[in-house]
Amino acid sequence: MINFQYSRASDVADAILLLTAHPGAKLIAGGTNLIDLMKENVEVPSRLIDVSRLPLRKIEETPDGGLRIGALVPNSDLAYHPLIEQRYPLLASAILAGASAQLRNMASVGGNLMQRTRCAYFYDTATPCNKRAPGSGCSAIDGLNRNHAILGTSVSCIATNPSDMSVALAALGALVHIAGPSGERTMALTDFHRLPGDTPHVDTNLEVGEIITAIELPPRGFGRNYSYLKIRDRLSYAFALVSVAAALELDGNAIREARVALGGVAHKPWRSLEAETALRGHAATLEHFSRAADLLLQGARAHAHNGFKIELARRAIVRTLTQAASATPQSQAHKKIA
Amino acid sequence: MNAYVGTSTSRVDGRAKVTGAAKYAGEFAADRLLHGFVVEATIPRGRIARLDTSQALKVKGVLDVLTHAHRPPLAGKDEAWKDEVAPEEGSPFRPLYDDGVKFNGQPIALVVAEDWETAKFAATLVRVGYQEEQAFATDLEAERGKAAEVKQPHKPRGDAAGALAASAVRHEADYFIPTEHHNPMELYATTVVWDGNGRLTVYDKTQGVQNVHRYLCNVFGKKPDDIRVLSPYVGGAFGSGLRPQYQVVLATLGALALKRSVRVVLTRQQMYGLGHRPATIEHLGLGAKPDGTLDAVTHEATAITSCYEDFARNDTGWAEQLYKSPNSRYSHKLVRLDVSTPSDMRAPGAASGVCALECAMDELAVALKLDPIELRLKCYSDSDQSEDLPYTSKQLRACYARGAEAFGWNRRNPTPRAMRDGKELVGWSMATGVWEALQMPVAVRIVLSANGHAEVSCAASDIGTGTYTIVAQVAADALGLPIENIDVRLADSTLPQAPVEGGSWMAASSAHAVLEAAEDIRRELALLASTMPSSPLAGVDAADVVLVDGTIAKDGEKSRAVSITDAMRHGKLERLEKQKLNHFAEDKSHARNTHSAVFAEVRVDEQLGVIRVTRIVSAVAAGRILNTKTGRSQIMGGVVWGIGMALHEETAMDHRFGRIMNANIAEYHIPANADIHDIDVIFVDERDHHINRLGVKGLGEIGIVGVPAAIANAVYHATGKRIRRFPITLDKLLA
Repeated sequence: MINFQYSRASDVADAILLLTAHPGAKLIAGGTNLIDLMKENVEVPSRLIDVSRLPLRKIEETPDGGLRIGALVPNSDLAYHPLIEQRYPLLASAILAGASAQLRNMASVGGNLMQRTRCAYFYDTATPCNKRAPGSGCSAIDGLNRNHAILGTSVSCIATNPSDMSVALAALGALVHIAGPSGERTMALTDFHRLPGDTPHVDTNLEVGEIITAIELPPRGFGRNYSYLKIRDRLSYAFALVSVAAALELDGNAIREARVALGGVAHKPWRSLEAETALRGHAATLEHFSRAADLLLQGARAHAHNGFKIELARRAIVRTLTQAASATPQSQAHKKIA
Repeated sequence: MNAYVGTSTSRVDGRAKVTGAAKYAGEFAADRLLHGFVVEATIPRGRIARLDTSQALKVKGVLDVLTHAHRPPLAGKDEAWKDEVAPEEGSPFRPLYDDGVKFNGQPIALVVAEDWETAKFAATLVRVGYQEEQAFATDLEAERGKAAEVKQPHKPRGDAAGALAASAVRHEADYFIPTEHHNPMELYATTVVWDGNGRLTVYDKTQGVQNVHRYLCNVFGKKPDDIRVLSPYVGGAFGSGLRPQYQVVLATLGALALKRSVRVVLTRQQMYGLGHRPATIEHLGLGAKPDGTLDAVTHEATAITSCYEDFARNDTGWAEQLYKSPNSRYSHKLVRLDVSTPSDMRAPGAASGVCALECAMDELAVALKLDPIELRLKCYSDSDQSEDLPYTSKQLRACYARGAEAFGWNRRNPTPRAMRDGKELVGWSMATGVWEALQMPVAVRIVLSANGHAEVSCAASDIGTGTYTIVAQVAADALGLPIENIDVRLADSTLPQAPVEGGSWMAASSAHAVLEAAEDIRRELALLASTMPSSPLAGVDAADVVLVDGTIAKDGEKSRAVSITDAMRHGKLERLEKQKLNHFAEDKSHARNTHSAVFAEVRVDEQLGVIRVTRIVSAVAAGRILNTKTGRSQIMGGVVWGIGMALHEETAMDHRFGRIMNANIAEYHIPANADIHDIDVIFVDERDHHINRLGVKGLGEIGIVGVPAAIANAVYHATGKRIRRFPITLDKLLA
């Protein structure tokens, strides 16, 4: 690990000041991803600004009936919080599909949004990677790309976002609360992560000096018809090849509201408003689910080893919507797929 | 007599291990201990043109940076570097020897500092310039045409090629097993304690302390008394610690250079520069008559090795033991690549070769429309055909029968895709496992104290297999003492001789050495007891005297006994010491093998291709099982690894860079708990009166053999898809 300076932020304003004053600095909360990257010399921050003691650990109801989740709430606490379990079980399920119990205990909600890709070339400083070393080239495009993106890729980068939690947040229409040098702002979770384009080293739309203070969940929780299905190379503790968060509101068999988000397929959680519109007002049938899958995967592009993801994603979308419609969500404890 | 042997005795070292009292190589403390961190090459082949350590040396706390150009002397001849299990052909790797780079991840410098983090940080400041050689190769499949045949243990019989071509039913196919890397829980580690005047105590993660001792003496030109190697506990090795690994050389170099104690612990990532199961393409040809008897077996393995050593194992030839065929031909080929030399990994050769053979047998059974067990029984071989030798024992038929019964084989619908459970396709299949029952000369020393306690010592390692426990069991029975009175000391190079712990030979080898030493103790005690005044054993022949319940007694007449304590006091002996080197009688008239029948149930989501291995039954015939508890653990561990080999393990190499891209245990997958369901281990009764006195064969390897094939065959039975390229991942099922 490369030596670094350490500061402990006394409050959010102090964290912003420190971030602004030290351009090479990084915030650290749970450190479950950042420390790994520092051990590999992929991240070499000049300074770590410890925000882990800031008072951002509350889960509160908002006046409109939603929930505001402090950025430092540990992933485990969030997944097992009664209000999350009752009203937003899709989010609880997605969190429990990720990492291990130990990591979920350490990882914060804000840090989860900031975790970086697991692309092997990004991790290996001996190989070119535009995300790690801008302009050095993308080793994955013509290399080992079985785990890589099929949607929203660019000629500079085909990395995926590894988060499970973000996929559920995207489906739920969550907002990200941000504080920065010029005040506070909110951003839709779906706008928070970027596509790689020609600046793949920039993962998110956070500006310099900004920090995540909270995630806000809208009132609509899809507590009955939801499912999070994660397909991976072993039955636990592996990143998604494809994951699907599906949430429905049904009138009988008619779909009143639909949300579908994909993980493991793009540089950000992938949603298609077109696909969701195509479901809305229609019967919850395989035919409509397939149609939605086609729309979600419109423009999907395979590289040498990841072509299977397109068909896998199609099938996983249909299955997850089926699970959601029948109110038989995928269990994260029992690995048989419902 | 047998209070312990054959029972379910808990590990005698279990408490030490779970309480943390057991110390591993990287945990030994020393005064003013220094820490070394390895700088690795990032190219697969070339020369180091420039190695600038100046910035690293400026870091506070860094004492030195050792390189090929700046280090204590190392031996210059290959013989010095050849350890007892080095390949015959080739020139062993010499760390920091010269400017050559032979594989990616090769150590090229060692930063030595007051603490580990400082060394690690300074390592990032070492600047390396290479003179790269453009032509390098790391891809077995691309280089297959360059394969060269190596010497074979099995001579061809008959005309295999002709018979295969003429067979009524024929199956020929390639099976691909990828490179797999060792990932024992304990990292490769060495602590070298500087004892002054160039004398070193070396705590090393190894399967053979005396092998490392000889190696270090040769490499560093030291006298045997100058170096002592210990490895009291090993956190898993499985073959990775058979040969001395480079960190033991680096730590020793550091200690000699700085005249201080030095510890080198590799990172998980650095371990991928070391031992691996070589990638192989296994080409199988099976020809049969319509009734299921074989006409021909051909098996050609093409395996990778390094450019500097020819590492070859018996992937092929196992059909000589298992399946009767008048014609056979076996061939092992090597492709030299710019990678580190492969190493033994649990059931080396057999794990890969038998996997392919047993998949091929399943494919042949399908072609013949025969039940897979029936096919195997039709060509069951009661002899090792290569030497035309009968077995010391072979209860493989009973393995098939007992395994099939426990599994419920008679409820199997033979048609693929016929067994369903909701959205899952259910597959039931099986495979055979086979391994050698080897035994080696081992010496044991027993020191019996007058208080009825005994210390049993031997240089053998316990790599987690349970050697401490079985040595204690055998000694307790042989000496007639409670197991609590037996103190076992292992894995110290100054103790009586033992080979590396591997090949499944240590249980039989160490147990019989204990018996031999105990026999000398018994004889001497018998003599002592019979000469005591008014001894109840007066006039009893020494051969009729046994040690039982802390006494020296007439066999079958317990009342005629003298306590060990009384006898030794009578002889004015505080301690009675006997050391014996046991050689097994040479027996060229038998073949010696262990066998298993492995049954697997898999469930495959039909739409999504997700595979779950929901049941494994492994019926094992391995002679007498010394300890059913540690024995069962051995087999379960082998099964878990076999599941990983079937579904998960694969070293992903980017051949453009010649670099391993998943050198960590997040991305290099082994089974998680969720991947493991029911594992039923059955030890089939196998009494072997030929192999050795106790009838012991060893269990280290047999547990994995056959497991990957049983799973692959079950996946076929579930889905109708034959995946010949391991691991079986869901993309291959969806293709």
